[in-house]
Amino acid sequence: MTTTPDPTPAAEPDASGTDASTTDASSIDASTEPPSLVRPETEWQRVSPRYIPVDMIGTLIFGAIATAAGFLPYWFGWQEGWFIGAGIAVIFLITLALTPRRVRAIGYLLREDDLLFRRGIMFQRFVAVPYGRMQLVDISRGPIARAFGLAELKFVTAAALSGVLIPGLPLAEAEQLRDHLVAVAETRRAGL
Amino acid sequence: MTEQPAAPEQPAAPAGPARTDFADGEWHRLHPATPLFRGGIAFVAIIGVLIVNLRDRLLAIFVGADDDDFVSGGDLESDAIDYIVREELIIVALLVGIGVLALIVAGFWLSWRVHMFRITDEVVEVRSGILFRTNRKARLDRIQGINIARPFVPRLFGAAKLEISVAGNDANVPLAYLRGADADALRRDILLLASGAQRAGRPADPAAPAAADAAGSGIGGMLEQRAAELLAPELDVEVAQPQSVVHMNPGRLIGSTLLSETTIILVAMLVALTVFIAITGELGLLLAMFPGLIGLGGFLVTRITRSLRYSIAATPDGVRVGFGLLSTTNETLPPGRIHSVKISQPLLWRPAGWWQIAVNRASRSSQNGAAGQQQTTILPVGNLDDVRAVLRLLLPEVATDEAMPVLEQGILGRDADGGYTVSPPRARVLRWFSRRRNGYLVGPTAVLLRAGAIWRSLTIVPLTRTQSVAVRQGPLLRALRLGEVHVHTVAGPIVPSIGALDRRDAMRLFDDVARASVSAAQADTSHRWRQA
Repeated sequence: MTTTPDPTPAAEPDASGTDASTTDASSIDASTEPPSLVRPETEWQRVSPRYIPVDMIGTLIFGAIATAAGFLPYWFGWQEGWFIGAGIAVIFLITLALTPRRVRAIGYLLREDDLLFRRGIMFQRFVAVPYGRMQLVDISRGPIARAFGLAELKFVTAAALSGVLIPGLPLAEAEQLRDHLVAVAETRRAGL
Repeated sequence: MTEQPAAPEQPAAPAGPARTDFADGEWHRLHPATPLFRGGIAFVAIIGVLIVNLRDRLLAIFVGADDDDFVSGGDLESDAIDYIVREELIIVALLVGIGVLALIVAGFWLSWRVHMFRITDEVVEVRSGILFRTNRKARLDRIQGINIARPFVPRLFGAAKLEISVAGNDANVPLAYLRGADADALRRDILLLASGAQRAGRPADPAAPAAADAAGSGIGGMLEQRAAELLAPELDVEVAQPQSVVHMNPGRLIGSTLLSETTIILVAMLVALTVFIAITGELGLLLAMFPGLIGLGGFLVTRITRSLRYSIAATPDGVRVGFGLLSTTNETLPPGRIHSVKISQPLLWRPAGWWQIAVNRASRSSQNGAAGQQQTTILPVGNLDDVRAVLRLLLPEVATDEAMPVLEQGILGRDADGGYTVSPPRARVLRWFSRRRNGYLVGPTAVLLRAGAIWRSLTIVPLTRTQSVAVRQGPLLRALRLGEVHVHTVAGPIVPSIGALDRRDAMRLFDDVARASVSAAQADTSHRWRQA
């Protein structure tokens, strides 16, 4: 490489104005800063709160089926087998209780040249996808989401692992976002 | 990429109509012997099997042996023949046989007639099929590589198979079969059209056009030409700049294969077998394990024979990788078609200082690569000098002379040498031995991800090819205040990622890659690599 990154983060060029955290964060003492990943962006676009019941109903249905399957050994005569079903039920109840928190953690941000997407609290994940890398945008609606007037938008690139799936968007907003993404992708089109 | 050094006004240039006329935008047919290569050999084999099965019957007819010792065993075929003989339907059966034969031949001929291709300035198009018609078009600027394969039998007849791969699974346009010289010329033409160079400015081809004319001078000339083609070096010296060629040393190839994991499994199996037989005195296990042993041994032999005569070289239109002793294959990858490169070292190769190089590509060729591996293994084995040379070929904009020391630090170095950012000391829990090697560097043209102290590797992702980037943290990494970064490229054997970084370093890497890949993608012109 002709240039190597400067070892002192304070001297890093602040190109887009979005990465001010690297300078701020390094000046803060490590003991006061949270151990999680910190982003400077604060004005995230959040998904609709109506997605919370959608997600919960989905979890509930799946959890009920899994729990029933877990109790099968018990019903077929294995007296000590009840703990399998009970364990599955407890796991799903915890998932259910954490759903509102998890849904509120989903966010996206339309930056100048790329889409920033975040999700997860315990398992945090941030993805940045340049608009020019878009191969297609998918809008899909499950039966429960449709009942609540929601849709999910999938941003597909040539990499299978990009995995940008924004759930819980009101249908109009999803369609508007799709049209916007297609339009900016067209102006910034890049090769594969 | 510089223009081909050949003089454009070479007087020998008016090559025969069989040469560059394929790329004139008109429809063309394939090699007339195509049906024979594609299905004819199987057809001949079936007839052979039939004859072998009818041997007793034929012997009986011609020698006149009586039927007493004929043990039919009651299988279907003998019964049918008995029936035909009994009912005196021989004439009918022969007629039916001839009819079927004629139908098959006519079918092959028709399928050859309708199988046509054309190459225009924008697309390559193939149509084929009698009952189920297919029509396949591939855009030239989406070409990911062009492969020329010469399986052994077609190679004897001087035929070759050209395969144009575009991005995606099973997204290849095969042209099977063409005359060998035509295939090479056609590939040059397609790449030239795809490169964005003007059609008029096509440089004359320096490779001997006389080869095509030689076929006219009778059978003797033809045989001579076949022999010359068979014995010719795998790589035509006139195609590539000689200083850019990397060859495979056969001793190293055999050594590296012997030091592979497969050999270890083979030896372990043999030892276990010997011990077992020595203790129990039973030979039953030997029979049980025999097929497995044969299979493993065969795998090793195939690996070696396929990689013999391996070469990788720079041509004006990309990197050319070729190999094979009896069946040869060579593929040209235009610039900018390599999505990531990984240099790695299996543990046993370490004393010898050998490395291998794999790449991620957007297309999947149906041909297997050198060493019987997928065609993603670009360099099956090589020393550090070979690695340097191959990197220069694969990623000329990354592996510049100034960047070479940094790349070498990525291959061999540790700590911050060369400007890498490594994991903090508290990451030792997760990276026991490799903590000081586990690091990254964002250069002006590529991201370098370095990992592993025992199984050392360096992953290079050109910024022009990154699809997206992600930073993640789970509960374990949270407790250690660490993070991990994934650079997403097209699917392949390489998954570029780096774990156990300080969370602030991880976030900085994420930001740097996100920003740099946007600007790199905007400046990228490699889909038309020769266009100014």
